[in-house]
Amino acid sequence: METLSKEPPTAKIIETEAVVIRFSGDSGDGMQLTGTLFSDTSSILGNDICTFPDYPSEIRAPIGTVAGVSGFQVQIGSREIFTPGDEYDVLVAMNAAALKVELKKLKKGGTIIANTNGFDSKNLRLAGYPENVNPLEDNSLENYQVISIDISHLTKECLKGIGLSTKETERTKNMFVLGLLFWLFDRNIENALTFIKEKFSKNELVLNANVEAIKAGNNYGDNLQLFSCRYKVNPAKLPTGKYRSVNGNQAVTFGLIAASMKSALPLFLGSYPITPASDILHELSKYRNLGVKTFQAEDEIAGVCSAIGASYSGCLSVTTTSGPGMSLKTEALGLACILEIPLVIVNVQRGGPSTGLPTKTEQADLFQAFYGRHGEAPIPVLAASTPSNCFEITYEACRIAIEYMTPVIILSDGYIANGTEPWKFPAEEELNPIMISFISNPNSGNGHYLPYKRDEKLSRPWVLPGTKGMEYRIGGLEKQHETGNVCYEPLNHEKMVRLRDEKIRNIAKTIPLQKIDNDIQNAEIAVVTWGSTYGSVKTAVKMLTEEGIQVAHIHIHYLNPFPSNLGELLKKFDKILIPEMNMGQLAEIIKSHFLIPVIQLNKIQGQPFTVAEVMAKVRGLVN
Amino acid sequence: MSDTLTTTCPLTSKDFVSDQEVKWCPGCGDYSILKQAQTILPSIGIPKEKIVFVSGIGCSSRFTYYMDTFGIHSIHGRACPIAEGIKTARPELSVWVATGDGDALSIGGNHFIHLLRKNFNLNVLMFNNQIYSLTKGQYSPTSEIGKITKSSPYGTIETPFNPLELALGAGGSFVARTIDRNPKHMQMILKRAAEHEGTSFVEVYQNCNVFNDGAFFMYTEKETKDEESLYLEHNKPMVFGNQNSKGIKLNGWLPEVVDLKTFSVNDLPVYNENDKTLATILARFFENKPNHPHLPRPFGIFYTEQRPAYEKLMALQIEEAKKKKGSPTLNEVLAGSMTWEVN
Repeated sequence: METLSKEPPTAKIIETEAVVIRFSGDSGDGMQLTGTLFSDTSSILGNDICTFPDYPSEIRAPIGTVAGVSGFQVQIGSREIFTPGDEYDVLVAMNAAALKVELKKLKKGGTIIANTNGFDSKNLRLAGYPENVNPLEDNSLENYQVISIDISHLTKECLKGIGLSTKETERTKNMFVLGLLFWLFDRNIENALTFIKEKFSKNELVLNANVEAIKAGNNYGDNLQLFSCRYKVNPAKLPTGKYRSVNGNQAVTFGLIAASMKSALPLFLGSYPITPASDILHELSKYRNLGVKTFQAEDEIAGVCSAIGASYSGCLSVTTTSGPGMSLKTEALGLACILEIPLVIVNVQRGGPSTGLPTKTEQADLFQAFYGRHGEAPIPVLAASTPSNCFEITYEACRIAIEYMTPVIILSDGYIANGTEPWKFPAEEELNPIMISFISNPNSGNGHYLPYKRDEKLSRPWVLPGTKGMEYRIGGLEKQHETGNVCYEPLNHEKMVRLRDEKIRNIAKTIPLQKIDNDIQNAEIAVVTWGSTYGSVKTAVKMLTEEGIQVAHIHIHYLNPFPSNLGELLKKFDKILIPEMNMGQLAEIIKSHFLIPVIQLNKIQGQPFTVAEVMAKVRGLVN
Repeated sequence: MSDTLTTTCPLTSKDFVSDQEVKWCPGCGDYSILKQAQTILPSIGIPKEKIVFVSGIGCSSRFTYYMDTFGIHSIHGRACPIAEGIKTARPELSVWVATGDGDALSIGGNHFIHLLRKNFNLNVLMFNNQIYSLTKGQYSPTSEIGKITKSSPYGTIETPFNPLELALGAGGSFVARTIDRNPKHMQMILKRAAEHEGTSFVEVYQNCNVFNDGAFFMYTEKETKDEESLYLEHNKPMVFGNQNSKGIKLNGWLPEVVDLKTFSVNDLPVYNENDKTLATILARFFENKPNHPHLPRPFGIFYTEQRPAYEKLMALQIEEAKKKKGSPTLNEVLAGSMTWEVN
C-alpha cells in the first residue's frame, strides 16, 4: 500500500491511503484544539477523516500526571474512513505522562514527536517513571522514530516581542506542533493558514501569534531534517458535492433546526447541562436569531417537563441528556406517552451505571430506552451510527414524533457526539416533508373536540391552546377513548394500552425496510450492529471481504419498532454476531423478539471497538 | 390584552365551568377556590381559550379538570416547569398553576424556587391545607411541628416551611396570602395576581375537612378571626382586632401589638407592598413562640415588585439576535461558515 514518491527532497515522502495520528498532552496543552484544527484542515484538503477526542472528566487533573492526559485521535485517508484507527502511526506526546499512557497503541516503527520540555525530571516523576529514567534517552524507544524537540522553548523564541504574556506564549506551543504536522503531512501551508485565519479572526494578537507559531513549526520541519520520512495522503474519492465538517452533537443540532424549519414549528429545548450532551444545548443556544428557545432548566426533570409544556403549546420540543439525566426524566416520559404529544429525547450515552464514566462512551442505555418506564409505555427508539448520521436520525425522530404524536428517544453516544467527519450536508429541498395534525375545528358530529379521536395511523390531533372553542384538558390519569376524560373502566384501560402500543408499532409502516449494509446476501454470518459500533464493524467486514471471507453487515437505525422485514432477514443467516459496548442488550432484545440464537461480542471499557477485535471474533466463527 | 369577545359578549363564571363532575369531598375548601377563580376570570380581559391551567398531583391538582379552559393535569411536583414551557413557548397565554403544599414545597420544591427566581409571568395558586390529603393523611412540609398524623404517630419532628418567607427569599415578585373562607378577599388577590407581570405566588389557606379539619378556623371563626388575622392594605396602617382596636407598630425591627386606645392610628407605620424588608417582617408573623408577643396572621399582598418576566427577556433577546445576525435560511445554517467542494 505504501509507494515511494519520485521526488524525495530531504525526507522521503511516503504516499499512503490512511494515517492515524494521536495528539496527546496535559488537559491544558490544547491537544483537542490542535487535533480539531489538523482534522478540519485535512477535510478541507479533501481527505476523509474520523476523529476521536478522548479526554478525562476532570477539567484540570494534576498537571503532568497520567490522570490528566487528554488525547485526540484522527485517521485521515485517501479512501473512505469509518474509524479513528486501532493503532496510530504518529504520536505527539507533549509530556512524559502522555507518552506513558499512549505508547501501547503506537504502531511498531511509528513516529513519536516528543516535547522535551515535558520530559524534565519533574514531569518524569509525575508520570511515574523510575528515578533517572527518561524514555527519550534510554533506547527503550528504539523501535520507533523519535523526534525530540523542545517545543516550549522554540515557541517562546518565535513569539519573542509579539506582545503575548509568558502564559499565553506557553499556550501557543500547540500551534507549533500543528505547523510541524502540516510539514510532516506535506500540507500546503498557505491553504491551511487561510482556514486558521478564519478561525481566529476575532483576536488579531492571538491570530498573529498562532500564525507565527504554525509557520515556525513548519519551517522547523523543513530545515532541520529530523524526520526520515514524510507522509502524503491524497484527497479521498468521496461522493461529489458540498461538504462541511461536523460532529455528532452538532449534527443533532442541525437535525433539530432542519425539522423545525421544515415543519414550520418553533423549536424549544429544555435541558440541563450534562457530559457529553451539553454541546447540543450550547450549539442550539446560538440560534436565538432563528427564534430557537433554549431553556437551561434547574434540573433534568424540569428540562423534560418544560419541553412537555412547550409541546402542548405547539412547539417542536426537545430535551437532551445523558444516562443519569435520562433516569431522572423517566417519569415525565410516561406522562408524554399518555398525553400523546410530540417530544424528542436525545440521550448521548456514556459509561454507567450512576456517574460512571462521564467522558467515555458506552451503549448500555438501550434497555432503558426500550423498557425504562412504569406501566405499558412504549416509546420509539432510533440510534445514530456516525457523527453525520446524527442529523438524519434526529430529523427522522422529529418526523415520527410529530406525525405520530409521541415521544421519541434518540440514542447517540460520547464517541460519535464528539467525533468529527466530513459531511455532505443535504439541501433543504432534499429533506422529507413533515406532516402536522393541528386542527382548529371540532372533530365530532356534536360539535365537540375529541382529543383522543385517532386517525388511520392511530395518531391523535394536536390542538393549540388559544384555539377558540377547542378548550380541553388532558393529564396523566387514564383517559377515556376519544373524549380523553378521566376514566377508570377496566376495558377502557386495556383498550387504551393496546391503542398506544399499536400506534407505535404502526410506525414500522413508514420507516425504510432493513437493508444489508454491504449488500452481501449469501454469507454464513451476519454481523448485526446498532449505534456507534457501525464504523469499526463496517471497516472490519470490508477488510474480511478483501481477505475472501464473506460476512454480511446489518446495521439497525430503527430499534423500536424494528423494520418490518428484520426478523425474516436475520433468519437467512446461520450465525448472527452482535458486537455491543454493553453486556448484550440488543442481543437480548433480538433473541426475545425473533426467537433466534445470537452470538455476542461485548466490550465494556468505555472505548469503541477496534477493527482488529471485530475481525478476530469473526475469523473465530468462520473456522 | 385586547379582546373583542369580552366586549361584545361578556363571559360569566359559568363559561369557566367544565362538563366534568367535581369530585372533591363535600365541604372541602377547594370548592371556594374553584368558585372564586371562575368568578374573576371573566373580568381579567383575557378570552378563555387563551387561559391554561397546569397542575401537579394532589387534591388541589384536580382543579384543571374542572375549569373549562386549556389545561394539563401533570405529574407530582412538576406543574411549574410544565407551565414555564408553555409560557416560554407562547407568552400571549395566561398560565395558571394549581398546586398544593406537598406538590409545590415538597416534591416540587426545587422547581418552585427557581420559578420565582426566573420570574415567568405565571400565577401560582398554592392550596395549603398543611396535610397530605389525596394519600389519606400524612404530614406535609407545612404541617406544624409535633403534628400527629398517620405517618407521624408520635408527632412530627420537622420544622415546617414558612411558604411566604421561602417565596420572598427565592426572589418572588408577587407574594400574597388569602384564605378559602374569605371569598371577596380571595377574588381581590386573584385579580391582582392576574394583573401582575411576573410570577404571582398566592398561598391559599384551605381547610381539609377530612384530614386536617379546622387548621385555619382561628382566622375564620367569628370568635377569633378579628383578633388572629391582620388584613394588609397598601398605604394603610396595619390595624386589626375587634372594631380595629389594635395596631402593629415597629420597635426598631421588632413588631409589637399596640392598643389603639393608648396609641393613635397615626403612630402606626403604613403598609407598603413594595417594601421587601417590611414584607419579610410580616412574613415572619408565622409562629407564635413562648416569650414572644402574640402576633396576628397577615393576609393580603405582602410584596410586589416590577421585574421583567423571563419570557419577555427571551423575546427581546430573539429580536436583538435577529437584528444583529439576521435570519439565515436552512441551507445557510447547514452550510455554516466553512465548506468545501468534492468534484
